[in-house]
Amino acid sequence: MLKGGSRDTGRLLMERSVPGRMGVVTPPLDVPQQPMPDASLLRDDLGLPEVSEPEVVQYFTALSQLNFSIDTQFYPLGSCTMKYNPKVNDEMAFLPGFAAIHPLQPEEQSQGALELLYRLQEFLGKITGMAGVSLATLAGAHGELAGVLMMRAYHHAQGDTGRTKMAIPDSAHGTNPASAAMAGFDVVSLASDKDGNVDLEALHELAGPDLAGVMITLPSTLGLFDQNIVEVCRIVHEAGGLVYGDGANMNALLGRTKLGDLGFDVIHLNLHKTFSTPHGGGGPGAGPVCCAPILARYLAAPVVTATDFNGNGSGSTYSLSTPEQSIGKMSGYHGNFGVLVRAYTYIRTLGDAGIKSISGNAVLNANYLLQALKDIYYLPYDRTCMHEVVLSADWQRARGVSGLDVAKRLLDYGFHAPTMYFPLIVHEALMIEPTEAENRDTLDAFIQALRDINQESFDDPDFVHHAPHTTTVSRLDEAGAARHPDLRWRPEA
Amino acid sequence: MTTAHFQSHYIPNTEQEQAEMLATLGLTAIDQLFHDIPDEFRNPPLDLPEPLSELDIQRELAGLASKNRALGSGPSFLGAGSYHHFIPSIVKALMTRGEFLTAYTPYQPEVSQGTLQVIYEFQTLISSLFGMEVANAGMYDGATSLAEGVLMACRVTRRDRVAVSDTVSPLYLQVIRTYCQAQGVRIEVVRHWQPEVGDDTACLVVQHPNFYGGIEDLGELAQLAHGHGALLVVSADPLACGMLNPPGHYSADIVTGEGQPLGIPASYGGPYLGLFTCKEQYIRQMPSRLVGRTVDTQGRTGYVLTLQTREQHIRRERATSNICTNEALYALAATIYLAAMGRQGLKQVAELCYHKAHYAAAEIEALPGYSIPFKRGPFFQEFVVQCPAPPAQINGRLMERNILGGLDISVPPYSDPLPSELDKGMLLCVTEMNSKNDIDALVAGLAEFS
Repeated sequence: MLKGGSRDTGRLLMERSVPGRMGVVTPPLDVPQQPMPDASLLRDDLGLPEVSEPEVVQYFTALSQLNFSIDTQFYPLGSCTMKYNPKVNDEMAFLPGFAAIHPLQPEEQSQGALELLYRLQEFLGKITGMAGVSLATLAGAHGELAGVLMMRAYHHAQGDTGRTKMAIPDSAHGTNPASAAMAGFDVVSLASDKDGNVDLEALHELAGPDLAGVMITLPSTLGLFDQNIVEVCRIVHEAGGLVYGDGANMNALLGRTKLGDLGFDVIHLNLHKTFSTPHGGGGPGAGPVCCAPILARYLAAPVVTATDFNGNGSGSTYSLSTPEQSIGKMSGYHGNFGVLVRAYTYIRTLGDAGIKSISGNAVLNANYLLQALKDIYYLPYDRTCMHEVVLSADWQRARGVSGLDVAKRLLDYGFHAPTMYFPLIVHEALMIEPTEAENRDTLDAFIQALRDINQESFDDPDFVHHAPHTTTVSRLDEAGAARHPDLRWRPEA
Repeated sequence: MTTAHFQSHYIPNTEQEQAEMLATLGLTAIDQLFHDIPDEFRNPPLDLPEPLSELDIQRELAGLASKNRALGSGPSFLGAGSYHHFIPSIVKALMTRGEFLTAYTPYQPEVSQGTLQVIYEFQTLISSLFGMEVANAGMYDGATSLAEGVLMACRVTRRDRVAVSDTVSPLYLQVIRTYCQAQGVRIEVVRHWQPEVGDDTACLVVQHPNFYGGIEDLGELAQLAHGHGALLVVSADPLACGMLNPPGHYSADIVTGEGQPLGIPASYGGPYLGLFTCKEQYIRQMPSRLVGRTVDTQGRTGYVLTLQTREQHIRRERATSNICTNEALYALAATIYLAAMGRQGLKQVAELCYHKAHYAAAEIEALPGYSIPFKRGPFFQEFVVQCPAPPAQINGRLMERNILGGLDISVPPYSDPLPSELDKGMLLCVTEMNSKNDIDALVAGLAEFS
């Protein structure tokens, strides 16, 4: 019997299928039957299951119960900002005036949607200190691609086609080099110094006529605010390059500083992290791009513009437009509108002080964990951290318990694992991000669990090494899965 | 002490608790935690509007929503890649369960079996629907999925010339151009009745049914592409595949699609769901996540993310794509939709669309002044009408009757590939959501211009 669900999840849909069962009744045809196309165009092999409605509900409900989620567990997954997802946000996105509008319907019939998007552009511009905003990109990596394509377009517009290199810190998310490569750049690695900041000497060496720019995550994936950031921007600009900002960690900086003020030229935000939209088990997200005035003409299409007929905002009409030297359309329509409605709703609950309370409590919670754990888990950079703390299981490793083991054992304690083995420059990294939305009791219980697991690493390392012990399944054969890919159900498989 | 007085109700810490927690750090104010930020750049004014209570937010958003015309508020005949189909109640009820909605990407398989098994089901149903061997866990939307299909075809063939049929969505074509602009890929738009494919062509890109509604001879196109060592890349409507032969039936190599028709609301264009399938031999060049079935240490069946060495978090700049977060929640929606509709239901819905669209086309063709230029070929639920007046003008009058008309394709980019005599084209879409009364009302509205 599987844990968690009283209904069976062992059989897949096709194995539950019984000929003649139906999950939906379709309406009768109310127009005269029309001539069918040539039979050679029609299929007779539609391999879908036949399942009744209650079976569908029971099956998917039982499956849901096999998941950890924010609503059910503490999810201290570093760099992912797994904060509470307000329910009102979802409800607003489901309003028929938002959920049931067609992307190509005339703008006169979409003024409410366009006004919301326009205001959201303004909010994000204010929060980041950036003049230009495009909401058209659908995820963080998607925003990155748009942003680095804008950098390329800018250099090319100056006739500066020799800038082929993109410098990316060794601590960066994998999406940064992957996006830079998709935009045609050669990726060069930028070292970090002993304090976890960008190594300025290494940067000086790279800052030449072939440098298109750098991609910086702030705070870095070490959870640290780069103390050299203003200097980094100055050096890159002096060499004719541009500074890209990966906004994945913006939760730390909301209302505390503006990336535009610091010298960033173009950034993306992850609305599904910082702005509370649900992650959905792996999307949808939204990755708006914000930029300095010099890059605004290259933004992805469309952006929303306002025409103020009365001169006081009262009679504005809103329309979609394409920036004059746009890199082009990044997706079929105008962005992940449903996600944008949620982020708008979130920002409307906050205001200036509320925004600052997010970053303040997120950083406070992370430092509270840092302080309570650094005596038993190695802290590679002993500084005030931002929204996340990167610890190492190096000390436990010496006793035969790896970072992976610690993380898996946490699952038995009912906590989601931290991000592991990332950033790559920290051995046995455990990257812990509590967010502002957790109370102190939860943090204390998590601290206690990590202390208990540390004790277990002395008493019974082998037990920890084989964790988890209480989950639906134990460790899975990932090597076997990759060697013999079984990616879909097949009859008599 | 700069701790703000107003604090979000999404934050549990009280001022008292904050003070106690700060004390463990030897601090007295939250602002001290931010000392690494240079003073001159710290605590800038934001100038956001004052915060609202939930009640007031609901009022504000309801006000904005009321300024938009919703598809359900009157007959609607607009398609062009985003379709108004029926969504069973169970789709929203199940997908908004917190256990699905608020979970992260399933990197910890032991506590993510729900999401992982759903994706495995999704891969099974989508590959079956498209008649393909493997499907991935999804992409952003139909347009980006096709653009990634083009890039993948270039990797597989090691060629850099791409032939895109002029009947592919002009919006999708724009996205292909954006994605390829820095890749040294040459995009050539080719005539659909005589596509030029050469021995240096990576792929021929077509749509099924095409943007203008027609069903093209995929078998012939596949033969043409394969004869030159090129791949056939197809963007297909998954709902049409409820009745029509899927691209896999014709040996297409990469089949992508917009998953929105499968239980996902129009939502002003997103979030949608990119579908991506291919022949098994190309799987190591596939972008995005894949879920595989395996066993745990005790031999129990379980599911994991697999073949991750293709992906950015392992392979970095040598990854097959930069995609990370995709649209997992909407892959769930599509899976629930397909499970509920099932073998019979999906076919029935597709046939409803087909019959209603053909009824509408016949009625409109009977109106003096209107013609259906592409009617000689088969079509599914969309068709082009040559109108007696500018389509924008007709749509304006239809809206006075609270009817959302079709897409005005007399303007760029939609008009780009059209013959010059087709200068007042409207692309109409009829689905199961349109009753006979709706269609008759449309025809009556159009008759004003006859």
